Amino acid sequence: MDATIDKIYAEALAELAAAPDAAAVQDLAVRYLGRKGKVTGFLRGIAQLPSTERAQAGKRANEIKRALEAEVEAAQQRLSRDRETVAALDVTLPGRRIHPGVLHPLTQVTGAVCDIFARMGFSVAEGPEVETDYYNFEALNVPKYHPARDMQDTFYVSDNIVLRTQTSPMQIRVMEKQAPPVAVVAPGKVYRCDSDLTHTPMFHQVEGLLVDRDVSFADLKGTLTAFVHEMFDPQTALRFRPSFFPFTEPSAEVDIVCVMCRGAGCRVCGRSGWLEILGAGMVHPNVFRSVGYDSPQVSGFAFGMGVERIAMLKYGIDDIRKFYNNDLRFLGQF
Amino acid sequence: MKVSLSWLRQYVAVPLEVPRLAEGLTMAGLEVDAISDRFDYLESVVVGRVDSVRPHPHADRLSICTVDDGSNRLEVVCGAPNVVAGMRAPLARTGSVLPDGFKLAESVIRGVRSQGMLCSRFELGLGEDRSGLMVLPETLALGQPLNRALQLSDPVLDVDLTPNRPDCLSILGIAREIAAIQQVPLKPPVVAPAEVAGPIRNLTSVTIEAPDLCPRYAARLIDNLTVGPSPAWLRDRLLSVGQRSINNIVDVTNFVMLELGQPLHAFDFDRLRGGRIVVRRATAGEVFVTLDQKARVLTGDMLMICDAAMPVAVGGVMGGLNSEIEAGTSRVLLESAYFNPISIRKTAKSLGLATEASHRFERGVDPDGTLAALHRAARLIAEVGGGRLVEGCIDEHPLPAPARVLTLDVSATNRLLGTALTGTDIQRLLTSIGFVAALEGHAAHDRLTVRVPSFRVDVQLPEDLMEEVARLWGYNRIPARRPRIALGTSAQAPLRNLRQRARSVLSGIGFSEAINYSFIPAESCDQLCLAPDDRRRSLVRIRNPLSEEQAVMRSSLVPGLLAAVGRNLAQQTRSQKIFEVGKVFLAGGVEELPEEVEMLAGAWTGQRMENVWYAPAAACDFFDLKGAVEDLLAGLRILGVGFQPADASRYPFLRPGVMAAVGVGEDCLGVIGEVHPDVARRFEVKQPVFIFEVSLPQMERHLPRAVTSQPIPRYPATVRDLTVIVDREVTAEAVMARIREVNTSLVEDVRIFDAFEGKPIPAGKKSLSFRVTYRSAEGTLEDEAVNDLHGGLSQRLVERFGAGLPTGGA
Repeated sequence: MDATIDKIYAEALAELAAAPDAAAVQDLAVRYLGRKGKVTGFLRGIAQLPSTERAQAGKRANEIKRALEAEVEAAQQRLSRDRETVAALDVTLPGRRIHPGVLHPLTQVTGAVCDIFARMGFSVAEGPEVETDYYNFEALNVPKYHPARDMQDTFYVSDNIVLRTQTSPMQIRVMEKQAPPVAVVAPGKVYRCDSDLTHTPMFHQVEGLLVDRDVSFADLKGTLTAFVHEMFDPQTALRFRPSFFPFTEPSAEVDIVCVMCRGAGCRVCGRSGWLEILGAGMVHPNVFRSVGYDSPQVSGFAFGMGVERIAMLKYGIDDIRKFYNNDLRFLGQF
Repeated sequence: MKVSLSWLRQYVAVPLEVPRLAEGLTMAGLEVDAISDRFDYLESVVVGRVDSVRPHPHADRLSICTVDDGSNRLEVVCGAPNVVAGMRAPLARTGSVLPDGFKLAESVIRGVRSQGMLCSRFELGLGEDRSGLMVLPETLALGQPLNRALQLSDPVLDVDLTPNRPDCLSILGIAREIAAIQQVPLKPPVVAPAEVAGPIRNLTSVTIEAPDLCPRYAARLIDNLTVGPSPAWLRDRLLSVGQRSINNIVDVTNFVMLELGQPLHAFDFDRLRGGRIVVRRATAGEVFVTLDQKARVLTGDMLMICDAAMPVAVGGVMGGLNSEIEAGTSRVLLESAYFNPISIRKTAKSLGLATEASHRFERGVDPDGTLAALHRAARLIAEVGGGRLVEGCIDEHPLPAPARVLTLDVSATNRLLGTALTGTDIQRLLTSIGFVAALEGHAAHDRLTVRVPSFRVDVQLPEDLMEEVARLWGYNRIPARRPRIALGTSAQAPLRNLRQRARSVLSGIGFSEAINYSFIPAESCDQLCLAPDDRRRSLVRIRNPLSEEQAVMRSSLVPGLLAAVGRNLAQQTRSQKIFEVGKVFLAGGVEELPEEVEMLAGAWTGQRMENVWYAPAAACDFFDLKGAVEDLLAGLRILGVGFQPADASRYPFLRPGVMAAVGVGEDCLGVIGEVHPDVARRFEVKQPVFIFEVSLPQMERHLPRAVTSQPIPRYPATVRDLTVIVDREVTAEAVMARIREVNTSLVEDVRIFDAFEGKPIPAGKKSLSFRVTYRSAEGTLEDEAVNDLHGGLSQRLVERFGAGLPTGGA
């Protein structure tokens, strides 16, 4: 008995597969599922069966009826979708684009640096690019005629006005305005009279300053290590080297393992395996004195980095002057 | 500062390999920039074999040799008497640089070509013998570089010193650091003191008239000496750090300066008038000829070393020609002094004269090292010059430097460094580098009294000692810790947010960001044709620009942007959309900081859409750029923006008629327009270019302080179109304003969907088509009501503008 209904189902599926259009499917539905259809007929016939077979045959026939109904429905949908098909598009033609522009790589890197520190809790401060000698040097413990002035070639506007040579004057400007605690980063343009493959007369720095009670050199190390790990990658080794900046004591230079050769030594790192990327140190007591902070009560660290340097390392750029040519074929790469 | 290993080893044992030594110094704050070898120059001097010798046709004392250098046979002209066929001798190849600075090139000697040079020991800086060729053993392989063949090596470290460490501007100073790093003893040279008294006081005297500039001046006399070449050991020492020998007297002064860090000066005593020294300020306007044969005009604050009559040296900077050591000098007065660092720096700067001496004095020499250097040099001069040291010494010392004793708190040190060092640790570290540190605070040992050695002029505060402790302990042994940072301690920079949003809107609509130098050429204002009284002509000038192209700070972003467009065009990038955000600088009064205003500027040139298949090629125009600026301001939610014809006299660099002032109410945000073709050409731009420049602070003033949500309309809108013909001069904005006025609560929106001039519209007229959206917040508008409004509208426009309505209806 079951064999009969299964045979009907198989026949129906074969016909369905061959149905050329929606009308054929409709016709098939009537012939099998309609009032006089084969499946319907079979269901009616079940009453004639011996009572022992009746239950099982009924169950099976109903399953098949539902299955066939679903198949018919699916076929009808498929055929109706096909009816909407027009001549195929050449989908490989370019779309109507706006062609978004790109932000300058230095903007992107400055943003990335500031974002990392902002997540740590630093605010972002900005200030003038033309500065007084006082903010750029004297308040930072670099008196007139100090040999440390040789460390930076300064552009002068007048005897007492310079193009800032560093973003460090922002340390003074921020501390003059607010009492501790202070946690700021200050990105911006700086100027030095120097021009070659690795120096442009204008470049960008990001300064950082944290002042609070009991800030230590260990805190400086932890903060900069976290920064380097986020900016480059978490495996980047770094080292702190004693150095000299008039406005910090102790002072340090921070090297990272060369991103090109991983420390093996190459042209980029001068075969040392290390790249200098940051200057840093504990804020000098004379700097606190010049802003009227009570230096035994507070301590702090400051750091500064060159944005071009980091961008050159991150993007493998060999000539710093490319940043300022603004060749769209260069800018478009970032 | 160059230091050779051979010289260092006089004062300290160096068991480390050179790269490890260099790393140790670097990690102690004395950065080693480069490691080279003193004998590197012998790389191009090879072992050669003389195969044949024949006489030079035009010179009796010369011969022509055929020399085998292992791979080639060369013809070499040679003047040495001991040259014989079969011998091995050093052959300097062309391109070699010999120790006396001579660079060997292929040459023709008396008509015969010479392809190299056979050398004596002396010529190679390897000894005194200059009588003939250096004879090399038969066992040496031909062609082998001489430094390797003879196993000559003397590594030289180039140490990049920071300005705070003048104590390391000497071999002994670096040796002291090495001794501390390696924890081995330092062996300074032993210097015998002078006799307490002696005849020197009968022969000369020193008078210090400016003790503020010269706190100490010591001198000794050496007589009966002969000026001549230095002995080999002395030449060798100087050569090892790249210094040439001059004569025995000058070489000694240089040797002791390099060894101990104290600059010295030797005067020809017989050329000192009155045979005495007077240290005083110069007379303003006085002219003095320094050793480099340049006449210098002095100012009244310069310190001069004088004899009884006139200056003989610029103190601590450079000696004078009038008292220079000469071939016949037999008596020398040797000076060792301490000069005021600031005075030396001022003098050196204003004379434009930086010398080894001034470099050390301005950083600070050891104020207590004066005599040791004097005695050491005096004895050496007597020795190498075959002279006699006059007994006794003059030591004028009007202002002795006070001893520096600092108190160092152990817990404060650990707090600042983040370490857990004991008092004993700190004591050990400081002692290793020459500090005398005593523990105090009884059992707790929480304080040290530290006497700073006189040569450590950089150590003035307890924090300076903490740095010493940290660097000797090792920065890399200090733990790394994350500080707790108080949240939001400072206000956000006011324009930062606006700038970032502006950047993202502009880049989103296709503009790429440029960053130009803040400097521009001074003539940029002329190139922009700015009026003489234009505020943008108040330029901030740089006193010492790198070039005329970078002589002033920009007062507008336009010149930089146009130059960038020009450069890109030169690179065949014909369609460009670029922008820049940055400050412009407007000069204030003398010695006043300029006004810095942050501006935003953009440029569009070339195609509206470059090479697309779905639209015909079209050049960008004013309305493309205007659209960009409208998008920018809309993206920033700045409302009520209007564009009005701009004052052409303010923007002479724009094309008349194709410019507009961008404003909100009474405030001008900036300008947009087409660059005047004449101006554009000056920037190498030979196609239409449209620019805008707006002020960030002005935009900031008009940012919405608060945005309040409005209900979304509940009732349907009705749309009606309207076309009017008006005079050309009537602005679209004026007509739109009139339309809105009809019923401000029911006219929701007015758009212009067509603007047309030309046939069939009469000359001097234009047609404008508007689509007006009517909607009420109270309920659905009946058609009839809209018809009334719309009909009234046409009437109003006819009345107000003398407008015509198109025939045939629209």
